[in-house]
Amino acid sequence: MPKLPAPPLPKSLKPKPKRPGEGNGNGNGNGAVGLSHPVAEAGVSAVDWIDERTSLSGGIRWMLFRKVPRGVNWFYTLGSATMFAFLSQAVTGVFLAMYYRPDATGGAYESMRYITDQAFLGQFVRGMHKWGSSVMVILIFLHMARTFFFGAYKYPREMTWIIGVVLLILTMAMSFTGYLLPFDQRAYWATIVGVNINGTGPFIGPYLSDFLRAGPEFGATTLSRFYAIHMLLLPGLIIALIGAHLWLITKLGISAPPWLKGEPDPELEQTEV
Amino acid sequence: MNQAEKEAYLREYSILKNQGKPFFPYIVAKDAVMAVVVMAVIIFLSLYLGAELGPKADPTTTTYVPRPEWYFFFLFEVLRVVKPPAFTPFATIGVPTICMILLFLLPFYDRSPERRIERRPVALVSGIAVILAIAYLTYEGAAAGSPNQVDMKAPSTLTAAQVKTFDAGKLVVGQSGCLACHKLGENGNDGPGPQLTHIGSKLRPAAIAQTLYNPTAPMPSFKGLAQQYPQKFNDLVGFLSELQ
Repeated sequence: MPKLPAPPLPKSLKPKPKRPGEGNGNGNGNGAVGLSHPVAEAGVSAVDWIDERTSLSGGIRWMLFRKVPRGVNWFYTLGSATMFAFLSQAVTGVFLAMYYRPDATGGAYESMRYITDQAFLGQFVRGMHKWGSSVMVILIFLHMARTFFFGAYKYPREMTWIIGVVLLILTMAMSFTGYLLPFDQRAYWATIVGVNINGTGPFIGPYLSDFLRAGPEFGATTLSRFYAIHMLLLPGLIIALIGAHLWLITKLGISAPPWLKGEPDPELEQTEV
Repeated sequence: MNQAEKEAYLREYSILKNQGKPFFPYIVAKDAVMAVVVMAVIIFLSLYLGAELGPKADPTTTTYVPRPEWYFFFLFEVLRVVKPPAFTPFATIGVPTICMILLFLLPFYDRSPERRIERRPVALVSGIAVILAIAYLTYEGAAAGSPNQVDMKAPSTLTAAQVKTFDAGKLVVGQSGCLACHKLGENGNDGPGPQLTHIGSKLRPAAIAQTLYNPTAPMPSFKGLAQQYPQKFNDLVGFLSELQ
């Protein structure tokens, strides 16, 4: 098994190697740090208990303490910022779903009224969800531009790029389906136009718009269909694909800035005679 | 990339990676700072701009002008620019689909091992061109009206007062959704209603007003407009009769 990276502790915190003759001799030499008291050991044994059953610590060490190439700068935070915007959308979305009723014939608009005008911090949370979607779209485009201009989609990261494009499409689909939910005039008419545009597409266009409308006409079930797509189908897909995206990033490593040359460490080149 | 180039890349990458710092805490700290900035921006936007809720959706209105979310403006603008109905599917579905496929396949048609953008002239030019195109279309989409807007210039023979009527009536035509059934110049659908591009040379103003009062089904009557907003109705009639 390859050696897993260790946490980057400062020198003063690193456990000192045992002096000869110290400790109990079976390799568990924590005597110097003073973890012999049963209470002090409770935390360690709880972690050990979980690790014995899940073997998580190896994966966590592999993920957290892996090295990231030299020269990684602030442009590299755009991806995690996009993911953070998505998490913010998920949390605010859960709170909105607690009050929202996807009922076109009476209820959807009224529940939005309630959220906006009466619920505690309702308009604030709704504003965060509304503007969070704009922020997420901007960040995802900036992240994609960084990847493009740094050539980071090239070998061996082609799959990461493709998953990223799918995530971009899903994000746009999220904002399209979410736009109808307030069920005011703007939401209704923009969605009618959007669905009709889908319908003009070749071959699958009419089927796609029939699927979105849940029938040939915009009806009572259209809203609940958009709601289900917006809060069950698309978020599930996005979470799964973000997981795949992150796994590939961790496995392949974050791409190095293209302007850096990988020169071997000069110290290693020195030859001692 | 051939096998030798792949191996050269991996070798160089492993050197750079070994010279780097651990993900935790160095990169996590940067990401956390960025997350705080993102959160602050979202909270600021929410507090400063809020989230208004318009009037309730009403499927019976025909005068509402739909607007998409701002980041769809560039798609919306592609639709607006392409006027001939034969090309509409191409603009609405064709262009975005082609762009998406090009985006998907990027790692497959760009196979050179070069990563520095100053040595990838095609990528640099096309990347900047796409950004400028999206920015321009977004700006145009934001500045322009909806697909309901009538894009016609007043004839140069009109007096200043007539031009004023022309522009005011043009707005009423757009708001009333006339373009759904009528064609005006390059705007709107050819049918089921007749073309209105030269309606002023065929009907006198009184006849136009009469048609608006008592139209042939399925066109709705504009009697309500004439009673509620006589000025708007007069502008509408004036505009149509100026279409020589």
